[in-house]
Amino acid sequence: MSSTSNADAPPRESPGRRLSSYLYRRPRLRLTGLLAAPAGWLGIAYLGSLAVLLVAAFWRLDPLATKIVHDYSLDNFRTLIEEPVYRTITLRTVGTAAAVTITDVILAFPIAYYMARLATPRVRAALVVAVLTPLWASYLVKIYAWRIILQEEGLLNWTLDPLGLSGPGFGKYALWVVFSYLWLPYMILPIYAGLERLPSSLLEASSDLGAKGFRTFRSVVLPIAFPAVVAGSIFTFSLTLGDFIAPQIVGTRQFIGNVVYANVGVAGNLPLAAAFATVPVMIMIVYLLLARRAGAFESL
Amino acid sequence: MVESRALRWFLKGSTAFTLSFIYLPLFVICLYAFNERRTPAWPIPGLTLKWFEKAVNNPGVRDALWTSVKAGLGATALAILLGSLAAIAVSRHRFFGRETISFLVILPIALPGIVTGMALNTTFRTWGVDLGLFTVIVGHATFCIVVVYNNAVARMRRISGSLDEASMDLGADTWQTFRYVTAPQISTAIIAGSLLAFALSFDEVIVTTFTIGGGQQTLPIWILSNLSRPNQLPIVNVVAVFVILLSIIPVWIAQRLASGAGAGGRI
Repeated sequence: MSSTSNADAPPRESPGRRLSSYLYRRPRLRLTGLLAAPAGWLGIAYLGSLAVLLVAAFWRLDPLATKIVHDYSLDNFRTLIEEPVYRTITLRTVGTAAAVTITDVILAFPIAYYMARLATPRVRAALVVAVLTPLWASYLVKIYAWRIILQEEGLLNWTLDPLGLSGPGFGKYALWVVFSYLWLPYMILPIYAGLERLPSSLLEASSDLGAKGFRTFRSVVLPIAFPAVVAGSIFTFSLTLGDFIAPQIVGTRQFIGNVVYANVGVAGNLPLAAAFATVPVMIMIVYLLLARRAGAFESL
Repeated sequence: MVESRALRWFLKGSTAFTLSFIYLPLFVICLYAFNERRTPAWPIPGLTLKWFEKAVNNPGVRDALWTSVKAGLGATALAILLGSLAAIAVSRHRFFGRETISFLVILPIALPGIVTGMALNTTFRTWGVDLGLFTVIVGHATFCIVVVYNNAVARMRRISGSLDEASMDLGADTWQTFRYVTAPQISTAIIAGSLLAFALSFDEVIVTTFTIGGGQQTLPIWILSNLSRPNQLPIVNVVAVFVILLSIIPVWIAQRLASGAGAGGRI
């Protein structure tokens, strides 16, 4: 600025400079300036939207017309509990989420262990990139790729045909494979990070004390890795609960997300959709509270 | 080495298996983009480039690509602004509710996309905002803030606030300090964050389905609506490969920028 040309002269008081000194003396105002936009966006607009959604769960649809009536009752929640179809859908969604989580733990543990303890630093770095990159490859395209593999005349049936077998086709097994596939990296990375912190001396001590491989795994490795497994399961569980695209593409039955989506759009029953959408949120809140007790948050 | 020989072989084998499980579908879809036949039966009879030409000249694909790029750029610009402001506030000030800001920023991606999508959809409809490109940008920006914010906060934690103070002591005002001292130190982190934000926006489906207007399509929405049209499938394959590349390349660059190379060396 101008002060560089004449170093001894006091800096000229431009408006920007005056504002700068003014703000310097008032850190509160400065902070307000910094936070106004982001806090307004997320704290008011976004949280406000979530609040509207929550309130909408207590509204109801006019039984004759397709008009939403703004009076408050627990009718939507009663419908969700009393209608067997919604209970079935909830159980199906939660059951799939659980199966996917267990599958991902089983698939992720060996590769995470290999990355953390056996691979050379070079191979380890390459493996981290190899696991991380597909996480960003389009989620929709990955589901579509599985649709192509699992279809009647697809790669899977072609491979199994000489053995006299055939694939599961679209449906719950396809969905189980696809969800496990989609969220696998979310499980590998926390377990890898957790196992990396496992000191070798503990394993050596365990084997010095006479523990065989499986005993060491059960009594030393697993307790230390457990919070990381729970951390990974937060992702696999929550992502499965809220999804409605994969069931639409490779599934045959409805998930919570499909019902919610249909009620927002075609059926036009926003209150019921909002009420049903609170189900995965409530399940996740309970899950997160349990996960925090297991120490999972330190492993994220 | 504590692990027995057999265990090491088992771990190696499982690692190879899991890696091929992760990459097989991506390779399959890439191969299908060159499929000579119109139907997706396996094995594919031969390779061709004709679908690439068809995809490039398809007006639906072009419009969708253009919409996606506009949405991605708009959302990224907003995310850069909001994410860096929040990051500077959180890492350079102590105030009541500081933890809440980090929580607020993460919330849009921690909650299922369907909840965020519905919440925004309800609000837009209540306020009479027409769904369209603008609402998609707002929706995407909401969950993109977190990646810019996380990258910027991580970098701010590593650089020392004393440099800012030194700059002020030497007579620079707030703006000069930001322009010549703070910004150069955090710029690579913000670029990395914004590349991730763009990639995140570029293949988002769920929030988009709730915020996009009737006549418009982003590229993933175009794919979704063409999956059920058998004669469009060859073009869908090509678009799929394109989407994979356009989301992986920014991430790859971002990883290089965020790691050591860009962080300390240039200052």
